[in-house]
Amino acid sequence: MDAMLKELINYQELLFAFTRRNIQMKYKQTSMGVLWAIFMPIIIIFSGVIVRKAMAVLAGAPLTSQEISSVAVKSLPWAFFVTALRFAVGSLVGNMHLVTKIYFPRIIFPLSYVLGQSLDFLVAGVFLTIVFIITKVGVSIYLLWLPVLLLFLFLLTAAFATVLACWNLFYRDIRHIVDVLLTFGIFYTPVFYDASMFSGLRLFFLLNPMGSLLENINRVVVLHQPPELIWVAYAGLWAIGGAIFAWKIFEKAEPQFVGEISPQRGGLRFRQELWRKKNEK
Amino acid sequence: MKAIEVNGVWKKYRKGEKFYSLRDLIPHITRNLFQRRNAGNGELAKEEFWALQDVSFYVAKGEILGIIGANGAGKSTILKLLTKIIKPYRGEIKVHGRLSALIEVTAGFHPDFTGRENVYFNGAVYGMKKKEIDRKFDQIVEFSGVHEFIDTPVKRYSSGMSARLGFAIAAHVDPEVLLVDEVLSVGDMNFQSRCVDKIRELLKSGTTIIFISHNISLVQNLCKRVILLERGKIIRSGIPNEVIPYYENSSLQQQEQIIKSRISKMEKNDKESNLQDNAACHVLNVRVCDHAGNKKEIFEFKEPLELHIDYMVTGAAQDIAISYEIIRSDGASCLAGSSLRDGFPLNNIQGKNSLKIKLSSFPLAPEAYYIKVSILDKDMLHSHVLERKGIFSVRSGIVGAKTKAILIPKAEWMTLGSQIRN
Repeated sequence: MDAMLKELINYQELLFAFTRRNIQMKYKQTSMGVLWAIFMPIIIIFSGVIVRKAMAVLAGAPLTSQEISSVAVKSLPWAFFVTALRFAVGSLVGNMHLVTKIYFPRIIFPLSYVLGQSLDFLVAGVFLTIVFIITKVGVSIYLLWLPVLLLFLFLLTAAFATVLACWNLFYRDIRHIVDVLLTFGIFYTPVFYDASMFSGLRLFFLLNPMGSLLENINRVVVLHQPPELIWVAYAGLWAIGGAIFAWKIFEKAEPQFVGEISPQRGGLRFRQELWRKKNEK
Repeated sequence: MKAIEVNGVWKKYRKGEKFYSLRDLIPHITRNLFQRRNAGNGELAKEEFWALQDVSFYVAKGEILGIIGANGAGKSTILKLLTKIIKPYRGEIKVHGRLSALIEVTAGFHPDFTGRENVYFNGAVYGMKKKEIDRKFDQIVEFSGVHEFIDTPVKRYSSGMSARLGFAIAAHVDPEVLLVDEVLSVGDMNFQSRCVDKIRELLKSGTTIIFISHNISLVQNLCKRVILLERGKIIRSGIPNEVIPYYENSSLQQQEQIIKSRISKMEKNDKESNLQDNAACHVLNVRVCDHAGNKKEIFEFKEPLELHIDYMVTGAAQDIAISYEIIRSDGASCLAGSSLRDGFPLNNIQGKNSLKIKLSSFPLAPEAYYIKVSILDKDMLHSHVLERKGIFSVRSGIVGAKTKAILIPKAEWMTLGSQIRN
């Protein structure tokens, strides 16, 4: 069996300990506590509703409750993806003292952030389910596809998280690039709108693996339609292929971590260093 | 059975610039496209150096091995390789059994979490299962002595408290192989002795230990076998009684070099100040010799020595006195004498002269020393001092000879019977 996988299984308790720590850390000394898990998706959903309302006004048609449900069901996975990546990108560099001092499989760092964010996703998901039950969105047989789609979402996020955390250790601008991409990514991904609204650009939106995942989640949960199998397969290819790719990249780069890591630019240590150098001059 | 095997391990490090942003990388790549890298000259690229060169050793199960060496000799690199934090460039390392390291024991602490939360988290970092930590929790807290504060965030701990808690966790992992790197320097005396007791206890229960410390006497007491590293190479290995004196001598020599270079810098300043003193008598040179009269720099313990002094008397002063002093490298005056006290007359002297002072054997402790010679006329008006000349060192032949004391006498010890007599 793969040596790194064996190590990861050996250290699975640590993975959960880390996840627990990340969650505790996020909610320690916050006044809103677990409400944060719902707050972020709610903000996204409201933005989406406003955008859709504007579109409806322009089209001269009323905004349907189904459209609002679509925005809601897509906003949750998107919030998960974005937040998990934001935290995970700096996970190796931010835990430098652990990376250089104690040995354990370092892939635990990005994975624990993705797992921790999964809990937030779960909380928000339960909340949304309650809202859907109250508003009578209804269910269909196609809902059975949801676990598969969520698995792909998790794998895809974990793959991105791992690769980006790893690259960020070597080149610090990765973090800034990711920040920009995640901020504006919502315009290139069908979260607030549906890919089918743009007949010519539909392919472009679906080639984005997050796009094809969100579209299909919307279909099985809100629209009660069968998923488009080809795009599910496409997203699955991204998720599984990405996970394998990330695994290989990480395995290859891990031995170089200790030699290459340095304090986060802009972080406390880095500023101390700068200050010291300045004083020496 | 061997618990640790290290076979022909090489490790290199790079000094000089690295690239932290893509903006720096791109010009570097383009530059490299046009300039060919200086290939050749072995495996070391420019600005690389060997941190470890062909290091091989083993540790048997239940044995304790000491690693000593100066700063930068590669001790910590070896530990990092053993803990798998870094990988060797070449060679192989085998560790049989669960490994725990007492290195930077507080590295895993998060300041916002309480002592309790940190114990559980750090325990997991060391590979302990939750049940195991539950079982040992009370022991850990008791050993660390932070019982009252266990539910206080670690950020309010003193550095000693967090170090003690960190040590307590790491020591209770029940490792089969334990690496100890200079962690005993934290905590007060009481805690330090408890740590040493804990190490002895682990050793008794069959744990294999690698012990790194600059506390030579502790290494000598704990270890049956010691290896000495110098610039990434093992230069000596064997029982402490052989390796430690060798290390002490070589560090003595280095110390001597440092003193010499420091003195030569001072002499330049002295020369300038010499111009203004118009002393009538001068000390020209001082040599330290053995009893055969040959100049020598390294003496055996208790070897008798001679001081050869060249001096010059000009003008008025004809009746002079000379005094000498042997000073330890840290400035402590060890021995002193003068021609007046010893009743050696130096009258009616003109021009350049030499004399020698024969010192009988005395038990000067192994260290580096230098000589200070003063010359003065009888009225003590005009004097001249030549300091920091004639550097020599006494070699240590026995273990434990290194001490802060100036003299190490050979005394006779005997028992007076078992009863205390009044």
